[in-house]
Amino acid sequence: MSKVAEVFASMEYGPAPESAVPALEWLEAHGRAFGHFIDGVLTGSEGDGFECANPATGRPLARIRQGTPQDVAKAVEAARRAQPDWEALGPHGRARHLYALARGIQKHARLFAVLESLDNGKPIRESRDLDIPLVARHFYHHAGWAQLMEEELPGYGPVGVIGQIIPWNFPMLMLAWKIAPALATGNTVVLKPAEFTPLTALRFAELCSEVGLPPGVVNVVTGDGLTGAALVAHPDVDKIAFTGSTEVGRIIREATAGSGKRLSLELGGKSPFLVFDDADLDSVVEGVVDAIWFNQGQVCCAGSRILVHEGVADALERKLRARMETLRMGDPLDKAVDMGAIVAPVQLERIEKLVARGREEGAEIWQPSWSVPQEGWFYPPTLCTGVQPAGTLAQVEIFGPVVVLMTFRTPEEAVELANDTRYGLAASVWSESINLALDVAPAIKAGTVWVNCTNLFDAASGFGGYRESGFGREGGKEGLWEYVRPAWEGRGEAVPERPPVPPATAHRATDAGGLPPIDRTAKLYVGGRQVRPDGEQSLTVAGHDGLAIGLVGRGNRKDVRNAVEAARKAQGSWAGRTAHNRAQILYYLAENLEARGDELCQRLAAFSGDAEDARLELASTVRRLFTFAAWADKWDGRVHATPFRNVTLAMPEPIGVMGLVCPDERPLLALATCVASLVSMGNAAVVVPSETAPLLATDLYQVLDTSDVPGGVVNIVTGRRAELVPTLAAHDDVDGVWYFGDRAGSAEAERLSVGNMKRTWVSYGRPVPWLQDAAGEHFLRESTQIKNVWIPYGE
Amino acid sequence: MSTSDRSIRERAPVSPMTVPPLQPGPLREGIRNPGMPLDLEWVQAQRVNRSAVERRAATLGTRRTVKKAWQAGWLLRGVTDMDLTTLSGDDTPGRVRRLCAKARTPVRQDLLEAMGVPADRVHVAAVCVYHQMIEPAVRALEGSPIPVAAVGAGFPHGLSPLPQRIQEIRASVDAGAREIDIVVTRGHVLTGGWEALYDEVAAFRDACGEVHLKTILATGELATLRNVARASLVCMMAGADFVKTSTGKEARNATLPVGLTMVRAVRAYAERTGYLVGFKPAGGIRTAKEALLWLILMREELGVRWTEPDLFRFGASSLLADIERQLEHHVTGRYSAHHRHPVA
Repeated sequence: MSKVAEVFASMEYGPAPESAVPALEWLEAHGRAFGHFIDGVLTGSEGDGFECANPATGRPLARIRQGTPQDVAKAVEAARRAQPDWEALGPHGRARHLYALARGIQKHARLFAVLESLDNGKPIRESRDLDIPLVARHFYHHAGWAQLMEEELPGYGPVGVIGQIIPWNFPMLMLAWKIAPALATGNTVVLKPAEFTPLTALRFAELCSEVGLPPGVVNVVTGDGLTGAALVAHPDVDKIAFTGSTEVGRIIREATAGSGKRLSLELGGKSPFLVFDDADLDSVVEGVVDAIWFNQGQVCCAGSRILVHEGVADALERKLRARMETLRMGDPLDKAVDMGAIVAPVQLERIEKLVARGREEGAEIWQPSWSVPQEGWFYPPTLCTGVQPAGTLAQVEIFGPVVVLMTFRTPEEAVELANDTRYGLAASVWSESINLALDVAPAIKAGTVWVNCTNLFDAASGFGGYRESGFGREGGKEGLWEYVRPAWEGRGEAVPERPPVPPATAHRATDAGGLPPIDRTAKLYVGGRQVRPDGEQSLTVAGHDGLAIGLVGRGNRKDVRNAVEAARKAQGSWAGRTAHNRAQILYYLAENLEARGDELCQRLAAFSGDAEDARLELASTVRRLFTFAAWADKWDGRVHATPFRNVTLAMPEPIGVMGLVCPDERPLLALATCVASLVSMGNAAVVVPSETAPLLATDLYQVLDTSDVPGGVVNIVTGRRAELVPTLAAHDDVDGVWYFGDRAGSAEAERLSVGNMKRTWVSYGRPVPWLQDAAGEHFLRESTQIKNVWIPYGE
Repeated sequence: MSTSDRSIRERAPVSPMTVPPLQPGPLREGIRNPGMPLDLEWVQAQRVNRSAVERRAATLGTRRTVKKAWQAGWLLRGVTDMDLTTLSGDDTPGRVRRLCAKARTPVRQDLLEAMGVPADRVHVAAVCVYHQMIEPAVRALEGSPIPVAAVGAGFPHGLSPLPQRIQEIRASVDAGAREIDIVVTRGHVLTGGWEALYDEVAAFRDACGEVHLKTILATGELATLRNVARASLVCMMAGADFVKTSTGKEARNATLPVGLTMVRAVRAYAERTGYLVGFKPAGGIRTAKEALLWLILMREELGVRWTEPDLFRFGASSLLADIERQLEHHVTGRYSAHHRHPVA
């Protein structure tokens, strides 16, 4: 029988290969060996290196240089040299360059797509229809941000030289997410692509030259983790932007702690995929395909935990199995496959190992009946049932095409299970009830929530994590803040290390009309109550003349623990109040504070010896409370213009429980500024007040009480900073830490934050202009994180 | 004839116990769908998320493609799935005879030979005409296995009196039509008159007797995909052999999201009852590329079985000409022209 007659009868699919020839010709033109791209020049390819391979065949594609610390240094130097001119080129000039890059990518779109699929193993459908179009879109969108920078980011300038380290799962897309916003805002970059997938980055480097990007603005240094470590360690890099595993993110956080380098991390996930009983189950099935079998499940935001209502679980499972049978796996360049290859043998082994462990733990593992290709590194789509929440498969990020299916009974239980993870990257919610979907979306701890859709991305919408999925956003206006710094922020001029607090000996004489004064007792303030310090010890506090003016409790680690517990208990309901109500309480706080103005001025003057300055600080404090009360119901989100029929809501949400370590300068104003900013946005705070002037904090207890601030929303633990901060910064139930103080303390706070990847904001000993009102928006940004909720519509 | 004739199909009591079973039974291959009592709860439980359906529809053609010999084989299958149609006010017996001749040999002999496909296996599935043209069509197709399908029941609006519509079906059956394509009353769907819709289709089915019944939903006038899903189910419950998208006369014809919604209803019905109901997109399908998309939809959502002509049809008039050109391109490697292929 002829082939046509055979197919006429069988209706089988045949091969539909995309040609690899143009990509292979490009590789050959380079002798299948590449150097780095530094200062606008592709360097020589000779020297230490390694092969990158085609995952679909296991055969090598090209030889890649292993970047040395010297290579990194040269690249950073080039970037540093190029940065001033790039910044000076101005918004419109940079917009022209970004526009040219967008156009250039489109002009060579197919080459980029084929190269990506060859190098990474992803189906050509994905690289052609998703990755590369999104890359072009990202450059277009950020050409726009470059153009609008002066209007949209007044008072902000570039950070400087950015070190960027990207993963292998979306090599070109991650490059775009990193480079486009950095360049738009006037930074220059040194990018290290993943060792498995450097080819599109090298082709992009060529494109930079072709479109006339000034040398040094973009530099690409290839290599493995050691090269990345050299980039992280380089002292002249102003910021590191990393996408990859939480494990490596943690190493980078520790390595950069105290260096003053800015940091944004987009890390792992174990994203929930919630299916309610009123969902369109056939569409849910396709959602699962897009959630976990997209890019072979090698997606940080992959919907790897299906949480389905018990009543429809059997139906969904049956539909899923049927669908899995019709998935097609094979040559990534075949235009009719759904799944390609796993990027490298080490990843394949990891998937196999984790699934084996899940099986040992009692999970039922189901895979479709068709067999995977023999050559290359392939793993079949896998559905796991009978998995308990504590099971390996439910907890560990597998980074492969493996999904677990678990059930729930009520929306509350669904949310509880969804949040039962250290991660918080994304979530997907399926329901035909808008009430239910929009009730659940804000309750899930994740940077992105897709309603009735999944894995939608766009340059206009920020992407990034909660919790151990990292911090910072990529895309949208929220993503730009990662690449700019406010003009008021000091650069480099570190204040000296904080001198030890001098011990006070003699007591100031006080006159109480001939009688001895009534002893005043400043305890700690935890959960809305004044409590004695656990250690039952006190510290003497000295005034400006060195004479003792009072005692404060000496808090210890247990006091910190108790304060965090109280804060955690209070935070949810505080955030659940209306912004109007939080504003009212802040105004009331200002009112009551001013009523006790004379007393507070005296106290300030006792520490500073300057009565006039004390009045200035008090007035500023009251004004600042008004400022954040004003902001409480105005710091609202945006609706992003993403190119789908949907609303993409960018909502600022509180970070949660925040540790606040106050500076010694401006002891009342600084504390009030930070606390007001945090609580105005719905956070709860654990405050370690100035060690030299703690009485300003303890004087506030009654003010807080009388102003209706609910117990636990503000907690104050006085004591030795060195004894309290380590516990606070390391506490796994604290979501973020602000540290205002010297360089060493800042470094410690950053270093200790790695346990749960807290958001940190530290001053590195640089002065903060507490008297300037203009900094308010910056405080609000540091008090919130953006959640993007995608809501498609249409009946 | 009145709607009371549908006594063979009692209406189901509306009870909370009539949700679809979770485990599908075996498919009842070869047994005509007898229908089932109207299950209003099942109808009301339909959920169709339009955006998600559109996303799936948009990626069907980017996830699957067929090239070279596979494409030719698929296109030939498409030819055999075709209801070659003429539904114009100026149809004449002569025009219909020409169409029937084309139906017998839809693809040039030399092309079939070059592709190694026996000519006797390649003919269209049916010829679809108005009632007046049944007789010339039946005569022109004598000796061939090709049935004549007639549109009826007040096509394309469906708003003539019910007795007349039923009478028209009977007349068409008497005239020799072996398939009847009827239109449903859109108003029943738009106002939630599911019982009225059920009764109407059941009555048409009774009038058809042994003749196959295709129910046209006129989806372009049903407003929402949820309505499309509900109407599809009700028609199948009332005993439809096929559900069909459009008359070709609505402002919006067959679209992939509509088709996807309907074939998912077909699948749900098969899973619940075991009966295999066919699907026919019609209107606006003009290119070989579109035909491949529809075949991909059927194969992906329902399987290869649902690409066979007893379960899948294209209603088309100009589609064949484009398929012929693509087949010639496959054989010669050169792009073809319309005038190189006999007109219908």
